[in-house]
Amino acid sequence: MNKILRENKRQIFNVILLALFVYLLVISYGASKYKPESISELKDIGSWLNNWPKWLDLPLMDWINDWFAKFNEKYGIIFEVINNFLLGMVMGLKKFLVKAPWPAVIVGVSILAYFASGRKMGTTIFVFFCTFFIGFLHPRFWDKAIETTAIMLIGIFLCLIIGIPLGILMSRSTRVRDTVLPVLDTMQTIPSFCYLIPGIMLFGLGAVPAIIATFIYAVPPLVRLTDLGIRLVDTEVIEAADAFGASKKQKLLGVQLPLALPNIMQGINQCTMMALAMVVIASMIGTRGLGDEVLLGLQQLNVGRAAEAGIAIVLLAIVLDRITQAYGETLQERRAPVKKKK
Amino acid sequence: MSKIEINNVYKIFGQRPSEVLPMVKNGATKEQVLEETGHTVGLDNVSIKIEEGETFVCMGLSGSGKSTLIRHLNRLIDPTDGEVLIEGTNVMSLNTEQLIDFRRHKMSMVFQRFGLFPHKTVIQNVGYGLEMQGIEPEKRNSVAMEKIEAVGLNGFENQFPAQLSGGMQQRVGLARALATNTDIMLMDEAFSALDPLIRSDMQKQLLDLQAELKKTIVFITHDLDESLRLGDHIGILNAGKLVQVGTPVDIIMNPADDYVEAFVKDVNRAKVIKAKIIMVPAAQANGIDKTNLIKVHEDQFIEEFLPKVVCNNSNCEVVDRQGNTKGYITNKELQKSLSKS
Repeated sequence: MNKILRENKRQIFNVILLALFVYLLVISYGASKYKPESISELKDIGSWLNNWPKWLDLPLMDWINDWFAKFNEKYGIIFEVINNFLLGMVMGLKKFLVKAPWPAVIVGVSILAYFASGRKMGTTIFVFFCTFFIGFLHPRFWDKAIETTAIMLIGIFLCLIIGIPLGILMSRSTRVRDTVLPVLDTMQTIPSFCYLIPGIMLFGLGAVPAIIATFIYAVPPLVRLTDLGIRLVDTEVIEAADAFGASKKQKLLGVQLPLALPNIMQGINQCTMMALAMVVIASMIGTRGLGDEVLLGLQQLNVGRAAEAGIAIVLLAIVLDRITQAYGETLQERRAPVKKKK
Repeated sequence: MSKIEINNVYKIFGQRPSEVLPMVKNGATKEQVLEETGHTVGLDNVSIKIEEGETFVCMGLSGSGKSTLIRHLNRLIDPTDGEVLIEGTNVMSLNTEQLIDFRRHKMSMVFQRFGLFPHKTVIQNVGYGLEMQGIEPEKRNSVAMEKIEAVGLNGFENQFPAQLSGGMQQRVGLARALATNTDIMLMDEAFSALDPLIRSDMQKQLLDLQAELKKTIVFITHDLDESLRLGDHIGILNAGKLVQVGTPVDIIMNPADDYVEAFVKDVNRAKVIKAKIIMVPAAQANGIDKTNLIKVHEDQFIEEFLPKVVCNNSNCEVVDRQGNTKGYITNKELQKSLSKS
């Protein structure tokens, strides 16, 4: 019996798909408001062959709306808890950075860049000036940039704690990979407004739906690159770890993750850049920050204002990119052969 | 009991190996199986016994299944059928924890492309096996230093592998395998990626170490000269089948089939055949011209005394360590052993 099932797996699967399709046809016909009045109407081929017949309409919209209403009613409380938690984190981070004197923040960022880049003076000075110019462009931008950064950092934090473990799981099991990959494809292709709307309904306007949207938009590259990085580790090195009796955990923590780290850092870098791309879109759902300056410029047809805010976002991107990128590079350098000094 | 015993091992790569197995057992060739089922036969009924303290060289061209075979010994690959006994324990019967323990304490391995951890320094690499055994960092480092010295890499212990040349990297690989002090060492084409001079150097180093340590070594190579130099016994694989097992001289003097013969055709026999192999024993040596004899030690290779024989045009007297006459060699024997049949 099992053998028959296994050998005809594909056929059985196809039959199930066909049955599902027929079921959907029947349901959509049943739910449709416009039905052919009699069989004779169907005979008038010209009337329904040229235009898509009105009774062939899958009522997916209604289904989703009904389902979402029930879902919101039943589990809304959970989302409120998540909302309060994330909002608390954003507010805490924002308040801390806003209250701190701005020169201290600039120096802090520069020090971070200095150590991340492996003590490169050039990168540090560059980052210092980029950070300075964010506020220098417009005094109001400083606090807004901090607000944007706070939302992004929390979003990226979510990406890290969910994306990296997911990437590790994917690299270990083909089954997980086969299930997760289509989901990632969907997340990357679906327009962001499609999940901003349910986001607003679940979390209300403001920072939290922006964080969720950032997460959905920015996590796929991190998951992919973590998975890829681990799978790209030289098979002979993995065999060596196995041959000397490394357990699964020892292999993951001692060999696979350290060797995949440049790729994972690249993933974090990508994740950061994509998160920043979300800032302007999120401003449309009432998230404050640099994005709403761009939006205001757009609404007032004020080219200068939009450009100023745009440049500030680019500067912020450069700062974050230098810091995450530089860290990945220092990791890679250690592994490359020593450059011969001439 | 042999140290390592491989009994009727089959390995088939593909989607459903167990369904293809009967076909292989009924004698279908590798090509037939590939054409009809899309499965690749890795090993086809291989049985080998390897004794304690010997160097067993497994030789074959690429794709003959030699790397697959060696990975069965520490179960980096599971066989489709058959059993692998190490010191009498069937490795297939081990569960995950036992297998890890077995790998930590029984065997170590050297890889073709070295398999070093690029993010660890030389000393950390060498100490990796000990780290897995759960040995304290201090003791680990002192043992690792000892092995680094044994392979002649002192001063490089804090470098990263990428900073070393290929030959030095393989020394690290060798030191790493020696550090765990396991009885069995698996060497998968360990010297194949090295250039000829360094390779010959590494072979000598391995022979010296082996003379001292007397480990059981399973060595994989596609180079006949290497296998003749290192091996106590040689097994020749072709398309997953074991074609011949024997001492180096066996393989050269009595090749089992055309494949082996093609393999040994170009070998410099004078370099591998010893005097005692070809001599006529003293008791049967009637009618040999015994004037003007050259004394030859029984363990000398033909290469070493051939020039003298040619210059003096005389026969040889083969003696053992004590100087007793064991036999004689005339031009006839030399001719027979050196000419390619």
